[in-house]
Amino acid sequence: MRWLLLKDLQILRRSPLQAVLLVAYPVLIAILVGFAISRGPEKPRIAFLNEVPADTRVRVGGQQLPAAGVSDRICSRVECVHVKDRAEAVDEVQSGEVLAALILPADLVDQINSLSTLTPGTPKVEVLVNEEDPVKAQLVDERISTLLAQANLAIARRIASEGGRYLDLIINGGKFEVVGQAIQILGLRASAQILEALAPALPPGPLRNSLGEVTDFTARARDNLDVAGPLIKRIAQPIVVEKEVVDGSAPPLEIFAIAVAATLTLAFVTVLLVAGSLALEREENAFARLTRGLISPSALLGEKVLLGMAVGLVVTLLMLAGLQIFVPLQWDRLGLWLLAILAGGGALAAAGAALGAAAREVRAVSLLAFMVTLPVAFLSLVPSGAVGTGVFDLVEIVTAIFPFKPALQAMTAALDSAGPGIGGPLLHLAVLIVAYGLLARLALKRFAAA
Amino acid sequence: MQARGLVKRYGEREALRGVDLVAEAGELVAIIGPNGAGKTTLLSILAGILKPDAGEVGVDAGAVGWVPQQAALYRRLTVEENLLLFARLEGHEDPHASVEEMLELAGLEARRGEIVARLSGGNQQRINIAIGLLSRPAVLLLDEPSVGLDPRQRARLWEFVSGLAGRGTTVIFSTHDIQEAERYGRRLLVLADGESLFDGSAEGLREAVRSEAPEAADRDFETAFVAYLHHRGH
Repeated sequence: MRWLLLKDLQILRRSPLQAVLLVAYPVLIAILVGFAISRGPEKPRIAFLNEVPADTRVRVGGQQLPAAGVSDRICSRVECVHVKDRAEAVDEVQSGEVLAALILPADLVDQINSLSTLTPGTPKVEVLVNEEDPVKAQLVDERISTLLAQANLAIARRIASEGGRYLDLIINGGKFEVVGQAIQILGLRASAQILEALAPALPPGPLRNSLGEVTDFTARARDNLDVAGPLIKRIAQPIVVEKEVVDGSAPPLEIFAIAVAATLTLAFVTVLLVAGSLALEREENAFARLTRGLISPSALLGEKVLLGMAVGLVVTLLMLAGLQIFVPLQWDRLGLWLLAILAGGGALAAAGAALGAAAREVRAVSLLAFMVTLPVAFLSLVPSGAVGTGVFDLVEIVTAIFPFKPALQAMTAALDSAGPGIGGPLLHLAVLIVAYGLLARLALKRFAAA
Repeated sequence: MQARGLVKRYGEREALRGVDLVAEAGELVAIIGPNGAGKTTLLSILAGILKPDAGEVGVDAGAVGWVPQQAALYRRLTVEENLLLFARLEGHEDPHASVEEMLELAGLEARRGEIVARLSGGNQQRINIAIGLLSRPAVLLLDEPSVGLDPRQRARLWEFVSGLAGRGTTVIFSTHDIQEAERYGRRLLVLADGESLFDGSAEGLREAVRSEAPEAADRDFETAFVAYLHHRGH
């Protein structure tokens, strides 16, 4: 078997294009994935015009609130292109230089301030979009809606916080500044204590009864407003999300992206190489000569699977080493990496052997390998809930039959400790190695007879 | 090499119908016949690649070297690498010595380092035969070895094969070229529709033509052979 392995490596070395592709492909994928995951999500470019006068503040109860920093918040989430006026904003949107334009009108704060008056207005911001592309239009809608929700929330929190502070002043008393002068506020709590202290000094009669009513009122007002404080603060964010993970453990997104890229590379290299190499034995008319006492068909299959595992291991490790430049990997888990690559490579190589034995011709095999591997790889990335239940069940079955998904799961588990367990995927891959090995052996009977 | 009553069926069709063949050491036996006569099927059974439905082959498959019609070698390897691979797979104690021997026998020492794909069809066929000889077989089976070769290449091939027979190797080959069979075959086995029609020398076949199709007896060997087949209903 080792001489056949040596022969296949010699043939690989003699095929410069194939050898270059085997090295160039993982390096290219590593660079692309590395750039993609190291740059982070792209910020959309938005033209931003803030016409609100710089010294304008939202007022609550006659008091100016500190600046909420809405502009800064917006520009931290998008790439703001600051424009001078509305016309420039329109030009930017029409030319496609920006995704949309967001204009904060000069009267925005006045309109917000009017909300606490008897004649409330409607604060508005202006959004300019170019909806020539429906995907782009939806993206703009979602981004702007999110931005405005965040801005509204920031303002609401400020107002709620100030409202809570005033309530505290009314209940507990303290200093309050009006036109630069500090005024001492007594507060309901102290008022009630004073009134309770005065009551015994008054003779029984209507005046003492009235004082008792006022004392009761201050005590009740204090108790009820004690509850109102936290209530107002909660209005800013009435629903709090409490996330509980009931199943699965997700590794960081960049680790998953690396696992996908590595498994995709492993899949293409092993499936194409093994399927092509087996079909080549037939095209070179060597199969009959080899299996005429020199080597058994099963041993020949074993040699091809070993070839796929060896080359797949080298190529995948090369790719992971390339990705190390962009994302630090846990090299102390190298043992698990090797286990995942060898098990995944073995199952993918066995599937490649079955394809090669079934298709028999190198060109047909290459086409078939692409036609099977690519869609299965995409299907393996479909999360539950993204499609209907029936369709997802079908996807689950298809992806369980082909080794890509368990190989991806094993790779993800091997790369990061936060990932799922590796035992299940390894067992799955072992079952697939046996199943595809048997299928390949069965297909070789027809292979030999051809 | 002895084969008795060989029968092979592919579904309803009988590719061989009780064919016998006996070949002595150093004998050159040509199997001739029209397309679909069963020549390749017979050689495949003798080589142990196919199993007959009836009949038996009286030789160990390990003693038989088989050279398929299409060169069965790796075109991206060199001549030497091909021979070395098969010598190793054959389990030779000193594979390099075996390679040297075969290179000398095939007259390809000077081209040992060349990639097979760049060699002529004739030279590829010589390597193909040399690989078949690596097992040092007592019997060498050649399936249409001269197909696609030009006259000069054919001459060199037959010189090589005749040399093997001269050293005691039994050579059984199939061919469509009747003149070639007449020239190099010491014995001819005529097959048609899986049936053995004649087994003897070229002169014996002419005698058979003379008795069965006298009008073609004095014409060239190929015309006489076609007349013989026609007379036999093929």
